[in-house]
Amino acid sequence: MDSIFFLIFRRMRAPLLALMLTYAVAMAGLVAIPGQDAAGSPVHMSFFEAFYFVSYTATTIGYGEIPFPLTGAQRIWATFCVYGTVIVWLYSIGSLIALLQDKSLQRAIQERRFGTQVRSIREPFYLICGYGQTGSGLVRALTDRGQRVVVLDNNPDRVDLLKLENLHEYVPALRADVRRPDNLLLAGLRLPNCRGVLALTSDNDVNLRVALAAKLMHPSATVICRADSHEVEANMASFGTDHIYDPFDIFALYFATALEAPCLTLLGDWLGELRGTELPEPIQPPSHGLWVICGYGRFGKALYAHLKTQDVELVVVEARPERTGKPDCLMVHGPGTEAATLEEAGIHRAVGLIAGTDNDANNLSIVMTAKALNPGLFTVMRENHLMNRELFDAVGADILMHPSLIVAHRIRILLTAPLLTDFVTHARFEEDAWACELISRIAALAHDRVPDVWQVQIDAEGAYAMLKLRRDEPFPTIGDLLRDPRDRGCRFPAIALMRRRGNGTSLLPDLGERLREDDQILFCGRPGAHAGMLWTLQNIHALTYVLHGESPPRGFIWTWLLRRQQRRAAVRADHDDDGKPPADAAP
Amino acid sequence: MNPEKVVFGFFILLALTLNVGFVYGDIADPNHHHVWEFAAVFLVNGIATVLKLGDRTQMGAVLLATSLVAMLQLFAAALVWTIAAHGTEAGMTPGSLASVVSLAVGAVVANVVSVVLLIVETVLLRR
Repeated sequence: MDSIFFLIFRRMRAPLLALMLTYAVAMAGLVAIPGQDAAGSPVHMSFFEAFYFVSYTATTIGYGEIPFPLTGAQRIWATFCVYGTVIVWLYSIGSLIALLQDKSLQRAIQERRFGTQVRSIREPFYLICGYGQTGSGLVRALTDRGQRVVVLDNNPDRVDLLKLENLHEYVPALRADVRRPDNLLLAGLRLPNCRGVLALTSDNDVNLRVALAAKLMHPSATVICRADSHEVEANMASFGTDHIYDPFDIFALYFATALEAPCLTLLGDWLGELRGTELPEPIQPPSHGLWVICGYGRFGKALYAHLKTQDVELVVVEARPERTGKPDCLMVHGPGTEAATLEEAGIHRAVGLIAGTDNDANNLSIVMTAKALNPGLFTVMRENHLMNRELFDAVGADILMHPSLIVAHRIRILLTAPLLTDFVTHARFEEDAWACELISRIAALAHDRVPDVWQVQIDAEGAYAMLKLRRDEPFPTIGDLLRDPRDRGCRFPAIALMRRRGNGTSLLPDLGERLREDDQILFCGRPGAHAGMLWTLQNIHALTYVLHGESPPRGFIWTWLLRRQQRRAAVRADHDDDGKPPADAAP
Repeated sequence: MNPEKVVFGFFILLALTLNVGFVYGDIADPNHHHVWEFAAVFLVNGIATVLKLGDRTQMGAVLLATSLVAMLQLFAAALVWTIAAHGTEAGMTPGSLASVVSLAVGAVVANVVSVVLLIVETVLLRR
């Protein structure tokens, strides 16, 4: 920080000295040379008048000869002054502007401003390294939920792009090499409110270094990484990286699940979608028959590993098997973009095709050729760059797989609704019929929009009102939470998906079950339901109404009056046994 | 011999000597306090301040602070003088001259501290 000021001062020394000396010489001359007043008697300019004269001539303003017209001698001196001072002024201002445009100074100012912005964040924040396709999607999703983030990226264009984005929260961003730990420190890695570090660049090595630095310098922060190769994943896991996402593995698992249990896949899709989007259409890839996998790279291998245990026949098409290795099943040697190769792989009797090479043009060509040969094919296409989106949409593949978006999607769910990740993992052990039934329940209450998903924690922050209940009063049940605090006879259009208590979790918990402190419950439902439920959780009066169906008086006076009334009623009831019971007394 | 140190010491010492010369004499007597001498004090103090800019040491920071104090005092004195001479009907009275000189005496104190610090630093460096 100090270096900026010292840099400015050091560079401004010469111009300032020059300015002072020329002013001094010019003023001394003006004061020393005698002038004439209106009556013709000799007068000397005072220092103030001289300073005034030099000020308006040096800055080229020029009001004229003040206070009296100058004499010949004064004019000779003034001529020299004008040239000297104007040139020195230009020199001083020129060097100041040159200094401000200095690259290193600007960089220093940027870093300083960024550091101040990061340190001024009071809420917990995530440090995101890499603002590419994954990073940008994630930044938008997180800030939409009010989560603060800090972004570092090596590419100045991307940082500029971030500044143009219209985000809900202010996002400090800096162009910096994330491989250097001092940049991570500048971005607040060591701050106690840095909750986690996300390494999302497309370079495995960079992600590895970020994870390493983060684990060393802030061991308690969650470190989330993207990795494409198994060696790097193992390396990251070895020093305790918390979450590692491999887009190819994630998609292969997703796809294998979609073949086996379409309802479960749809359930995951619905709950994981961004708030407010339309319900995605169900996809039903054929689960029996011949599947052709084009490309046996990282993506093809992951898919092959997951699909070979299933009831499908597999054929792999690979142009360079000597580089990628060979699968155990039938393999056709060829590029896949030509009809001959695809025909050799049996495209005419195939039910599905996966275009999974790392070249977008080839993938497009494969799908177009295959569709021409067999129009009924179910096609899955890997999309490597988002720039080609229009082309991919035009081809009309049944599933588009985009590695960056998959990772962003997973991390978003992990950070915004951690219970949902658990829910999806546990749901995988259930029958598909279970998922189908749940889907139809969700569809009934959500209409055509994706349901909102939120989690509730029963603690002082998440359920303030509940902890304010009297000690002898039992905690409400899950069903009570679902009552509308405006009318307890109505239920919110919401479903309790999962309850976690300690380490145990139960899916679709019983509504009659009492809550306990530190329970975590995952709900899904229509968007308004969450806001309504917050009333019950945070407001003791709303909670009392939901539990007992009445709203007791709130102020001191009314409470006192009510107590008095009750006491009197009790006394009266004691006196005459046939007296009417008090009508409006509340327990 | 470091020419930078020579120039530096020269201006700091000159600022003090000129300053003392200006304030020496009867406080309200215009014959004892010449405007040219005040102009010289102002200029030399300004130069000394600019020379101290950009020194990153602790000593440099304190030296800069003393110089800034001296400049502040002298600036106030110049302001009083200008306003008295040009901004009032009465012109330069003995009272306003006394204010100018007393402000300049304050600058002398700051300059003395500057010189003492300079000497301390020099002695420490000689070892």
